[in-house]
Amino acid sequence: MLSRKVTLKNQFKEIAIYRNRMMVSLLIVMGLMILLIVWVANLQISHYEKYRTESDNNRIRVLPVAPTRGLIYDRNGIILAENRSVYSIEIVPEQVKDIESTVQRLSQLLDFDEDDATRFFQELKRTRERFKKIPLKSKLSEQQVARFSVNRHAFPGVSIEARLVRYYPYGEVLSHALGYVGRINDRELQQIDSENYRATRHIGKVGLEKYYETQLHGTIGSQRVESDVQGRVLRVLEQQPPVAGVDLHLELDLPLQLAAYEALDGHRGAVVAIDPASGGVLALVSTPGYDPNLFVTGISTRDYKALLNDNRPLFNRALRGQYSPGSTIKPHIAWLGLESKTVSTQYSIDDNGVYFLPNDEKRRYRDWKKWGHGNSIGYRRAIIESCDTYFYDLAYKLGIDRIAETMSDFGFGESTQIDMGEEVPGLMPSRAWKKGARGVHWFPGETVITGIGQGYWLATPLQIANSAAVIANDGVRYQLRMVKSIGLAGEQQTILPTLAQRQIDVGDGKHFARIQQAMKEVNHNKVIGTARSAFLDSTYLSAGKTGTVQLFGLGEDEEYEAENLAERLRDNALYIGYAPFENPTIAVAVVVENAGGGGSNAAPIARKVMDQYLLRSTEQGEQP
Amino acid sequence: MSSASHTHKERQSLAWRLHIDVPLLASLLIVVAFGLMVLYSAGGESESLMYRQITRLGMGLVVMLVMAQLPPRFYQKWAPVLYSAGILLLFAVLLFGDKGKGAQRWLDLGGFRFQPSEIMKLAVPLMVAWFFSERVLPARKRELLIAVVIVFVPTLLILTQPDLGTSLLIASSGIFAIYLSGVSWRIIFGFSLAGIIYAPVHWFFVMRDYQRERVLVYLDPERDPLGSGYHIIQSKIAIGSGGVSGKGWLQGTQSQLEFLPERSTDFIFAVLGEEFGLMGVILLLIMYLLVIARGIYIGVQAQQTFARLLAGAIVLTFFIYLFVNIGMVTGLLPVVGLPLPLVSYGGTSMVTLMAGFGMLMSIHTHRKLVPH
Repeated sequence: MLSRKVTLKNQFKEIAIYRNRMMVSLLIVMGLMILLIVWVANLQISHYEKYRTESDNNRIRVLPVAPTRGLIYDRNGIILAENRSVYSIEIVPEQVKDIESTVQRLSQLLDFDEDDATRFFQELKRTRERFKKIPLKSKLSEQQVARFSVNRHAFPGVSIEARLVRYYPYGEVLSHALGYVGRINDRELQQIDSENYRATRHIGKVGLEKYYETQLHGTIGSQRVESDVQGRVLRVLEQQPPVAGVDLHLELDLPLQLAAYEALDGHRGAVVAIDPASGGVLALVSTPGYDPNLFVTGISTRDYKALLNDNRPLFNRALRGQYSPGSTIKPHIAWLGLESKTVSTQYSIDDNGVYFLPNDEKRRYRDWKKWGHGNSIGYRRAIIESCDTYFYDLAYKLGIDRIAETMSDFGFGESTQIDMGEEVPGLMPSRAWKKGARGVHWFPGETVITGIGQGYWLATPLQIANSAAVIANDGVRYQLRMVKSIGLAGEQQTILPTLAQRQIDVGDGKHFARIQQAMKEVNHNKVIGTARSAFLDSTYLSAGKTGTVQLFGLGEDEEYEAENLAERLRDNALYIGYAPFENPTIAVAVVVENAGGGGSNAAPIARKVMDQYLLRSTEQGEQP
Repeated sequence: MSSASHTHKERQSLAWRLHIDVPLLASLLIVVAFGLMVLYSAGGESESLMYRQITRLGMGLVVMLVMAQLPPRFYQKWAPVLYSAGILLLFAVLLFGDKGKGAQRWLDLGGFRFQPSEIMKLAVPLMVAWFFSERVLPARKRELLIAVVIVFVPTLLILTQPDLGTSLLIASSGIFAIYLSGVSWRIIFGFSLAGIIYAPVHWFFVMRDYQRERVLVYLDPERDPLGSGYHIIQSKIAIGSGGVSGKGWLQGTQSQLEFLPERSTDFIFAVLGEEFGLMGVILLLIMYLLVIARGIYIGVQAQQTFARLLAGAIVLTFFIYLFVNIGMVTGLLPVVGLPLPLVSYGGTSMVTLMAGFGMLMSIHTHRKLVPH
């Protein structure tokens, strides 16, 4: 083994070098260790606050907690809009690798249509919060929940959530009275207080739900939670509970609403019932309606298309339908004639079925009764029998501007300011209106037909009902309102004030009483009252006025024959009334499109509605 | 103290006869115990994880004891064989290796998967020590060149896998052996200068994109806060938020709530920093220093050139190991993917590490009575 090299090896020198190198190494090791300590100390002492804060920001999150939406009750305390727990399948985009394939697989597993997926992807595009759950499919059936639960492991980042979702137990009956909530869309997102709506998915879209959105929504709460990297909440550190939305207690009377809905029996039309003493809306029906529940979690294309038919179920006829009020405004005009002393109570005309303007022998204004109502028709018979000729004459004598001014006092041509939004103001024509809107002069003949509530005159069923309430109320017009009181559940309710919008100057009130008497005879005069058959055998006294509005322009000599006309061209049937005659508690307007005569088609509906309201106390032993 | 009298007493003990160096074993066990405590927290108090780690440590201890029984002469004799076999296996990996996590490091030998680069961690210092063992030191330039080739062939092979961390360790172990052989400071500085000049060449022509990205993200972790920078950002938050005294064992929010990735493996130091604070960090470094100091002592006491160079290379490489890991976890160095020795969960590296310590024990317990 001994080689030449070994003999040359100098062990002492080698060891000396080695020890020297090891000492240097040890010094470097210790130096580097001190460097590490200084470096770590820099993190842990100098930058401690910064990293502590970042560590807290990692684990602590503030989660918004949605407030519970206020409920809506009728005047009897029956719930009309509630919140139900609904299962929905939701996805946290951050935790899903391939969202499209996940949605695809879920749609196969749970069998839902493309609309849900489309809506999901729209929302996905919009949202910026990576950990926020986005709903994919709402209202899961128990079967779907079960099927997902079994396959849950295959869908990380997907979960089933129970959420409170609006439910309208009476569906179509109240659709036009309550409106509905739906998912918040882009436009709404820009208008709302995004902080307060962070946890909210639904917003009032239409009707009361929209008008009272602020009150119904409530105030968002928050939770400070500790969560792990997956966003799983481990514990709640602190919380500020949300403030629930306030409940709405409506003037609306559910049994009355149901009766009105049934009485309309699917026809296109509207019934509005008002408490004359307060302006509270007791019933507001527009048929056909729709199921508002369809809109809450997103309506499918198929369901939505089904609602776009000729009957226009989405159209709120009570608030937005503009009809010629027809003969229902004759009492108003008659009162104006008497009160303004344009005609006396003794004034009468001879009616042979045709009226001519004083200076125009060519244009004939025909009465609905071909041979007229006979001689000596005074204001009383003109109302009871609904004599057109009397009102042609009276309107001409009054002049359009005086009619327009007074009819505005009854609420025509202006918004009722009901707490619903949406309503249209209708149209009370006048000389100034025509000049402004059409740039044309007013013709005297237009005044003549205004006298029977036709021509340019347009009114909503709400306004027509309100005008009946004004008569029932001896000339006082209250602001209409749906909501009687609001307040948090279990707390003091704030009762909304009754506001008188207008006090019509009725002088000594004698003429007003005369008109009311005449309206009573419309219902109760067994010989000539136009609504006599509808109110036969009624056990209480009521007042009313029928209206039949011609939609089809007949030639001057043509006769109206319902059988020969297309259904859509038939007359609209109208009726206004109130009851009981002394101390009225309900004023009603009925409009039924293309139904024919008001006496035989609208009055019976009003009778049913009044009966329900006034006679139920004897049946059920309770005051409405 | 006189090594002769010292060894005389030692020789009578049971530990000596079993070739166990008690101070080294004790300092290793202290680190291991502290490491297990940190791992228990980092692993989410998983018992199965603890069992597996303890099993692996047990295996490591057994390997260490077995290695300690073999005399340094045995290692010297087999060093060229082991090294040659390692080189062959590295070529085999290059040609037939399995890919795992985007790198080709594994060799499948009939169901038994292992990384030949682990062999090289020991084979390179063995080979360099063998190469210098019978030569006059300091070596001549031609011999130095051969030694450098011995080091860089396996280093480059491993770098191409690519495995930056391991190649760094292997290069270090070889370079340390050369350095300890007494190569002149002039040459050392000369090479350092050459390295600095070579660095940009390496950057543009040798490094893979992901390695470059690692360096870039190291320089500025915010560059990729959700990707590769995420690790280092979360790690720094964990350590920094630990403060001086730490959040308490099992109380680290970064670790327990899983914000810290790879917390039981490469980034376990951040768990320690978060839960035990600066105190814990200093404590761990002192424990490591005990191991290193004992290793240096063994090297200085060694009688043959081969044993000296081997001992020095092993112990200094161990330091590089921990320094690079702590450096990367604390954001001082780029992320190169090395575990914290004796503490991180898993890896064949644990066994290799213990084998190295076994060689240290072998060197110390096989000394002749009269060295001079």
